Amino acid sequence: MSDVIVGLKDVWKSFGEVSVLRGVTFDVAKGQVVSIIGKSGSGKSTALRCINGLEAFQSGEIAVDGFNLADETLDLRALRKKVGIVFQSYNLFPHLTVLGNIELAPKLAKRLSPTETRELALKVLGEVGLLDKRDHYPEQLSGGQQQRVAIARSLAMEPTVMLFDEVTSALDPELKEEVLRVIERLAGSGMTMILVTHEMNFARRVSGKVIFMHQGVVHEQGTSEILSNPGTPELVQFVGSNL
Amino acid sequence: MNIDFGPVFARSGFLIDGLLLTLQFSLTAIVTGFVAGTLIAVGSRSKTRLLSLVCQGYVEAIRNTPLLVQLLVVYFGLSSVGLKFPVFFVVILAMTINNAAYTAEIMRAGLDSIAKSQIEAAKSLALSPWQVFSRVMLPPAIERVYRSLSSQFVLMMLSSSITSQISAEELMAAGNFIQSETFRPFETYIVLAVLYLILSLLFRGLFWAFGQVAFPRRRRLGTSL
Amino acid sequence: MTSFNLMHLQFILTGAMWTVILSVLATLGGGIGGAILALAGISRHRFIRNIAALYITLIQGVPLLVILFLTYFGLPALGFNIEPLAAATFGLSVYVSAFLGEIWRGSLEAVRKAQWEAGECLALTRMQVLLHIIMPQSIRLATPPTVGFIVQVVKNTSLVSAISFIELTRSGQIVNNSTFQPFLIYTIVACLYFAMCFPLSRFSRVLEKKFAISAR
Repeated sequence: MSDVIVGLKDVWKSFGEVSVLRGVTFDVAKGQVVSIIGKSGSGKSTALRCINGLEAFQSGEIAVDGFNLADETLDLRALRKKVGIVFQSYNLFPHLTVLGNIELAPKLAKRLSPTETRELALKVLGEVGLLDKRDHYPEQLSGGQQQRVAIARSLAMEPTVMLFDEVTSALDPELKEEVLRVIERLAGSGMTMILVTHEMNFARRVSGKVIFMHQGVVHEQGTSEILSNPGTPELVQFVGSNL
Repeated sequence: MNIDFGPVFARSGFLIDGLLLTLQFSLTAIVTGFVAGTLIAVGSRSKTRLLSLVCQGYVEAIRNTPLLVQLLVVYFGLSSVGLKFPVFFVVILAMTINNAAYTAEIMRAGLDSIAKSQIEAAKSLALSPWQVFSRVMLPPAIERVYRSLSSQFVLMMLSSSITSQISAEELMAAGNFIQSETFRPFETYIVLAVLYLILSLLFRGLFWAFGQVAFPRRRRLGTSL
Repeated sequence: MTSFNLMHLQFILTGAMWTVILSVLATLGGGIGGAILALAGISRHRFIRNIAALYITLIQGVPLLVILFLTYFGLPALGFNIEPLAAATFGLSVYVSAFLGEIWRGSLEAVRKAQWEAGECLALTRMQVLLHIIMPQSIRLATPPTVGFIVQVVKNTSLVSAISFIELTRSGQIVNNSTFQPFLIYTIVACLYFAMCFPLSRFSRVLEKKFAISAR
């Protein structure tokens, strides 16, 4: 399978005594949208954070777009130019404007010229529909707008893979929609995406693959069909409790 | 009792020279002390236990001894091992040693206030460790502790008067000299007090203006981080 | 020229004792002044508040050394004769009161905003509210920074050496004049200051943590 862009193979990870990942294995194909679901503590966010090297893992293999994350000499910065991540708590830089937030990494990490950076920033800001907020500071924006800026900030690095870590969990219901719409449009554009999410309907709608994690392993995976016809009692229970 | 400021004002040339030297001492030690203090703050937050202990020990040692004694140790310490330096250098060295410890304590609090999630976000954007520090941690850290930093720098300017004790010819020493010539201590030290007061108001004004330029977010929104 | 010996050490220790005495006197004197300033700072009369604020700005904008020279050299020139100990105590107290006044006003203010109205609703007089409601809570807030500031007081007493009062630093200078072992002597002096200040610094930090926890 040459079109696999992210591959995890028997990944183990523990925080001290607590095993969080106990042999996680899954693949993501180029252009695929994958949702990871599961109860809190099932290891789904940790698995996601291993993919861009924010968490180290003890054994197993992770390959991302030709990078081998088990290799200790790996250039993490080179990897992170290819892998964008959006967090639950937005994590915008409070001292920078919207444009400042978006332009920081292209300018510093990719060494683009000021004009190139600005063009790129305006393009991604347009994609999330916030061109009019370009000179605002994060605290002047609603949660939904902040999260859209965070998405734009990641997109400005022109990544090949985007990771979303429960990006709507901190938002009020009425603000979730605007963020989900942006992500959905992005999914339609052919971007490879891995989403950790609690939004079952959204997962069903956008994902080519759904991964159900339970107690540190991939308990069940398949097309979004598995949300309608779960194959294991645990997924039955999980889907039932998240309707 | 007669009060006559005339003899003091007649020697205002000394006061102006002294004032300029006080300004030089203070501005230099603000810059050197800030740089050294920030490095020490970073060191004291280091995961390398030895480095962190050394930095914290330094801060405690300096903060719990008087500047005058530090000045005497540096001044006589250097000369007792045969090193002859100009007074300007000795003063800047001692004031930097002192200011760095206080600045380190303040900057440490500022850096501690930066959430881990901010650093993760910056790392995830492929920024180098130096870029993470200088672009994402340092600016908001400084903005948060800017008031404490300004107060510390004003206090340090005022305490530069202590360097008159090792015959640095700054403002205080100029006053002492005028006093010894005119035998008008009351008038002389009142004039000195007024000059220092003007300096400290000037410094406060400068720090305010610098803050307006350096922190555009605060200038525009008026809120604190 | 003699080498450093026990007599010298004893002389320095006597100086250290005077540093302690001066620190206590300055804290007491500054404490009285600071209390008056703090109360003036929360007065209902704008004029009184402004006077307190002006005093604090003036004193905090002038080096302690200038204040000490004004009291020690300036006052006699105006015809007031003043003993070195009295001059030192007075000068230090003037200085310390400005800082303690600001710390204490801040703590009164912090409690007042939240509690004043509640107390007035209970039909207490202003004085009763101050004494029974505001003060007890303010003292908790004010203690850590006050202890922390006493460290500054101890260190600042070293400046009294410049008006030839023989405290710790001055005694070190005198011993050094006869032995000329400056590095050794000033290191001993520094260690003695450290021995006085470090426990206070620590205590202040412990109090800060304790109150921060109980305030939750």
